[in-house]
Amino acid sequence: MSSLLRNQKVRNALLQLLYVGSIAALVLAGVVIARRNLAEQGITSGFDFLFKSTGWDVNFTLLPATANDPYWWFFLIGITNTLFLGTVGLMLATTVGTIVGLARTSTNELAQLLGRTYVDIFRNIPLILQVFFWYALITHLPTPRAAHEAWGFLLTSRGLYIPFPNVGGVAMALALLALVAAIALPLWLGSTSRLSQAIGQRRTIQFAAVAAALACTAIILVIGRLPDAPFIDFPALQGLNLRGGLRIPPEFSALAIAIAIYGGSYIAEIVRGGFQSVGKGQMEAALSLGLSPWRVFTLVRLPLALRAMLPILANQYVWLMKATTMGIAVGFTDFFMIVALTINHSGQTLEVIGILMAGFLAINLSLAALFNRLNKAIALKGNQLRG
Amino acid sequence: MSLISLAIMAFIVWKLLNWAVFSAVFTTSGGPEACQAAAGACWSVIAARWRIIFFGLYPYEEQWRSALACVAVVVMTVLSCIPAFWTGRRIALVWGVGTTVFYVLMKGGVLGLPFVGEEAWGGLALTLFIFVTTCLIGFPLAICLALLRRSELPWISRTTGLIIDGVRSLPLISILFTFAIVLPFALPQWLQGDKLYRVILGSALFFSAYQAEIVRGGMQGVAKGQEEAAMALGMRYWQRIGRILLPQAMRNALPATINQFVISFKETSLVVIVGFFEILASGNAAYGTGEWRFAYVEVYAFIAFIYFVFVFSLSRYGAFLERRMSVSER
Repeated sequence: MSSLLRNQKVRNALLQLLYVGSIAALVLAGVVIARRNLAEQGITSGFDFLFKSTGWDVNFTLLPATANDPYWWFFLIGITNTLFLGTVGLMLATTVGTIVGLARTSTNELAQLLGRTYVDIFRNIPLILQVFFWYALITHLPTPRAAHEAWGFLLTSRGLYIPFPNVGGVAMALALLALVAAIALPLWLGSTSRLSQAIGQRRTIQFAAVAAALACTAIILVIGRLPDAPFIDFPALQGLNLRGGLRIPPEFSALAIAIAIYGGSYIAEIVRGGFQSVGKGQMEAALSLGLSPWRVFTLVRLPLALRAMLPILANQYVWLMKATTMGIAVGFTDFFMIVALTINHSGQTLEVIGILMAGFLAINLSLAALFNRLNKAIALKGNQLRG
Repeated sequence: MSLISLAIMAFIVWKLLNWAVFSAVFTTSGGPEACQAAAGACWSVIAARWRIIFFGLYPYEEQWRSALACVAVVVMTVLSCIPAFWTGRRIALVWGVGTTVFYVLMKGGVLGLPFVGEEAWGGLALTLFIFVTTCLIGFPLAICLALLRRSELPWISRTTGLIIDGVRSLPLISILFTFAIVLPFALPQWLQGDKLYRVILGSALFFSAYQAEIVRGGMQGVAKGQEEAAMALGMRYWQRIGRILLPQAMRNALPATINQFVISFKETSLVVIVGFFEILASGNAAYGTGEWRFAYVEVYAFIAFIYFVFVFSLSRYGAFLERRMSVSER
């Protein structure tokens, strides 16, 4: 026996077995105890509860919801809300970050100082404090009767009201799709190798594609408009409340603003790092070839900077996606809030925590996969020495 | 370009100064009414409510202890930033003593100090306590996890990798929530402990998952020959790790480590969601009463300033270290 223990291979195998076994035992013990505790409270385990109706209302949803809908539908609502808030927040944060990052790399010292101050201030204040701040600010806006008004937009304590076309849901989604195509098509046409024209001579095709996609959008909108209603619905005061238009609830706008400003300060640093990593010689070479400053920027500086930025940016995006869970602080019904509510109402603790983990794992992995593909697509081909 | 920037800057600076200084109210003598009449900031809310922001629900006569405990943490942090203390034993000593002083001061019950239970802790002291204990538990755990992940035994490194990646893919709030509210179901009665310590454990686990990857990165930066040389000298595993590998790895990982400390200080603010009375929650309470309801901007600005002071000085220190190290490597 002791000679067996002295054998390195046997010892290693035992050690591994012990480690993995003890972790598995811990988890198993937890699950067993939890099951017993829950059974004592009269809660049966299993996923049957997913098909019971919830009896709650949610304050923000993209999908139709009533209190009679089952739990699984509410989980779906939570995930779409998280993804929607994440997408809006990421787009805003990227815009802010790009502007501030460019200001920080510009040759103008005042712009540099401005960008630097912005980054220093907003990076060093916790996100949740910023969420609380914007939420307090928005809910302290005047009541609908005394709303701030500008160009048909209404700022009130009940939310931001914006004019919105009177169009059915399906037509709206199709129109959005066509709009995305209008942005994506010219980019694809400008770089694909499937066309016979040289890359520099594709202007006309690109313009035609944009025009066609935009025309599609317009046609879908006109066909899909609701009958007997003005094409664009302006919010207006009716009695004590506001009618018409699209209401963006304060929870959503507070979170979106906070993520945009806080995330923007991080993305600004990533953008700055990306641009600084582009060798000065590259730009000088491009200038000496006679390219205009704008073409140097779009053809040399930006693509090279983008390649350096993308992997770090992917991490930041995953982080910001997870940051949407702060919605629970102000009562935005994101995925995590639905999870917390479900635990409180149904008591199906273990199952719901499992769903939470699976949901975030899926979101993280798909974001990471997306960015890996993107990264591969734009990475410089072949081997080269980087210095 | 200059002109535009100058205009933006002048506008913001003027607005801010006008709000925060020129037309602001500083004294409490007028009460909330004097504030509402003024156009600028109402700093008298801070003057009137600073005790609740800093100390939360801590008993009024004992609040000097809470203040002193905060000072102890600050002194401890400053000491551990001085390179002379950067040996494993000294840094452990500083943190051990600092945390003990903090804990004794806050909790009392010995040395003639009246006892104050954890449920009465609040404000800045609670924030600092959560931060310090998170680091104190999380840092050694991170080193353990990093070593386990680097283990040559495939099952050990794979299982550890799974744990680290699993924790990293979840949002911190969900982990805090699980530890505070769900875990009691899965633990026998005698193991449950106070909610505060469960939350600290959760945040330490989260910290260590991130820090483990930083430490592992630092270890990968140590030349392979170093460990081989140590092996050739006949050093045992713990000697190799403790004397050769870890000191060099920590040096490589220092900037990222400081960054992680900065992030986890900011993230202590999330415990407000599982119902603790830390500085953010006590700020909410400070303007939450009827008479000061309008003064939320000032309270948030004040709390933001407190966070800013801590976080900014830490991150400046990190930047300084990075510069210092790049000089020594040249």
